[in-house]
Amino acid sequence: MKRFAYSRPTSVSDASDDAAEDGTQIIAGGTTMVDLMKIGVLEPEALVDITGLRDLERYEVGADRMRFGALAKMSTVADDPAVIDAFPALSDSLWKAASPQLRNVATLGGNILQRTRCPYFRDTAYAQCNKRNPGSGCAALDGGETGMHAIFGGSDACVAMYPGDFAQALVAFDAEVTTRGPGGTRSIPFADLHVLPGDDPHIETVLEPGEIVTEIALPMIPAMRNSFYMKARNRESYAFAAASAAVGIEMDGDTVRDVRIALGGVAATPWRATAAEESLKGGPLTEETAREAGRIAFQDAEPLEGSAYKIELGADVVAGALMTAKSRMGGE
Amino acid sequence: MPKTPPDLRRPGVSRRGFLQGSSVVAGSLGIAAGAAQAQDSMPSAEARTITMNVNGKVRSLSVEPRTTLVEALRDTLGMTGTKIGCNQGQCGACTVLLNGMRVNSCLTLAVMAEGAEVVTVEGLADPNGDLHPMQAAFAENDAFQCGYCTPGQIMSAIACIDEGHAGDEAEIREYMSGNLCRCGAYPNIVAAIVQVRDSQQG
Ligand SMILES: Cc1cc2nc3c(=O)[nH]c(=O)nc-3n(C[C@H](O)[C@H](O)[C@H](O)COP(=O)(O)OP(=O)(O)OC[C@H]3O[C@@H](n4cnc5c(N)ncnc54)[C@H](O)[C@@H]3O)c2cc1C
Ligand code: SF4
Ligand code: FES
Ligand code: FES
Repeated sequence: MKRFAYSRPTSVSDASDDAAEDGTQIIAGGTTMVDLMKIGVLEPEALVDITGLRDLERYEVGADRMRFGALAKMSTVADDPAVIDAFPALSDSLWKAASPQLRNVATLGGNILQRTRCPYFRDTAYAQCNKRNPGSGCAALDGGETGMHAIFGGSDACVAMYPGDFAQALVAFDAEVTTRGPGGTRSIPFADLHVLPGDDPHIETVLEPGEIVTEIALPMIPAMRNSFYMKARNRESYAFAAASAAVGIEMDGDTVRDVRIALGGVAATPWRATAAEESLKGGPLTEETAREAGRIAFQDAEPLEGSAYKIELGADVVAGALMTAKSRMGGE
Repeated sequence: MPKTPPDLRRPGVSRRGFLQGSSVVAGSLGIAAGAAQAQDSMPSAEARTITMNVNGKVRSLSVEPRTTLVEALRDTLGMTGTKIGCNQGQCGACTVLLNGMRVNSCLTLAVMAEGAEVVTVEGLADPNGDLHPMQAAFAENDAFQCGYCTPGQIMSAIACIDEGHAGDEAEIREYMSGNLCRCGAYPNIVAAIVQVRDSQQG
């Protein structure tokens, strides 16, 4: 690892001033940051350790809103009975990710900002990677292995997949993030936080230099209670999603009143499947309509040779997740 | 983007510099790590002294910001019980307890463990030589072959029970999935954990 300067401020304004300096990056749990620094993908001149901002570890499940400080740990939130009760898909999306050791240090703020697992991005032996080295080309599109790449939202410059699980639960349920930067505080709909690669895949979010995510909040909605996060992996556990779905349903008798669907493992950013949601609203939720919703979710996919398998797998996952969410409604 | 060498990045009196005085005072009020906090409030790439409680003993050591916790344990403190496998957070060979929680010490910066309590495999056995129940159970159940993954497996197994994630075998497998074993000793590892869990309940 290259040498870097280190600081651990204890106020958010100091942290954001430090982080706004050229060549400086933020570190929270470090499970993405240290990994990428070790393999030479990131070489910051300075790291601002934000784990001294202890107030950001707090979270609460209120009657109208759930609010999570950016430094709450994945494991703490995943295991909290109040979270499991109010919003099972959120807990699922956390415990089905990474490993127990990683979840004990990884923070929710760091999680949403984790970087792609594109093998060419992660291997500096490949000169071509527009994300790592703007303007250099794309080793994946230039004859590379594309089994782990996006079938939604990619561009001619980059088809990297957003690998996170938790973000799918957030985007499906209208989460919002609060940030604090040198210019002050603002709130950003979670759906607008990540940006599509377009011509500039090195720009991944709307965050400005020095802007720190302080909180992630969700409005409480009925569909949260009957929610589920299904994750298809190439191994039984402890792997990134090959395809996944965060879903939630609210029924009015036999009619779907509200439904939320987001897709993981398949897109360049967290990805809400609005057309599939619309196909279910106002009708019944059956094995058949669930399958149809899965098909609709993937009808506009743009697969590469290696990633075509994700269409059928993904559609199955959406259907399976919807039926599981329905079964979770139990006797209510 | 023009890059400025780290030592030139911040003029002598920056906006932070003015605030420095007050944060030093706040930091030292009743907080043992006050000196370290003051030291860390300005960015620096220089080696610094950190203090950790390792296996019940307070240790002060000098580390650079880029030193990982497993390097500090193995290279600086000479405690080689904790292993390095993948060095990328994937195999769990480097698992230690940090403030009671299992973590991968290969992805933890030592400077970030300032003031922490660390338990490694060397800290498990009783000073009189009696093995920790999990160590004994691993031996009884042949839960290893080459033994390379074992220190990490044992640390993780202890945490797995403490966290309440050793309910049934499926849960144990899920919550031990951060520890890989190239020799495939998984069934025996699960058996060892079940044995310790049952003896603690009984
Ligand atoms: C082996 C392995 C397997 C994994 N498997 C999965 C998986 O299956 N599913 C999954 O979802 N994830 C997985 N992950 C990723 C893991 O969940 C993330 O690395 C972790 O959540 C990042 O959190 P952190 O606190 O460690 O972030 P850090 O590494 O500290 O930071 C990550 C990024 O976010 C920035 N950052 C952090 N906090 C803030 C903040 N508050 N404001 C602004 N910027 C910030 C940092 O600058 C950095 O760019 C895996 C990781 C590893 C190493
Ligand atoms: S897909 Fe994106 S991240 Fe992967 S090599 Fe191409 S430009 Fe780089
Ligand atoms: S050496 Fe740390 S997880 Fe493999
Ligand atoms: S016993 Fe050999 S790697 Fe596990």
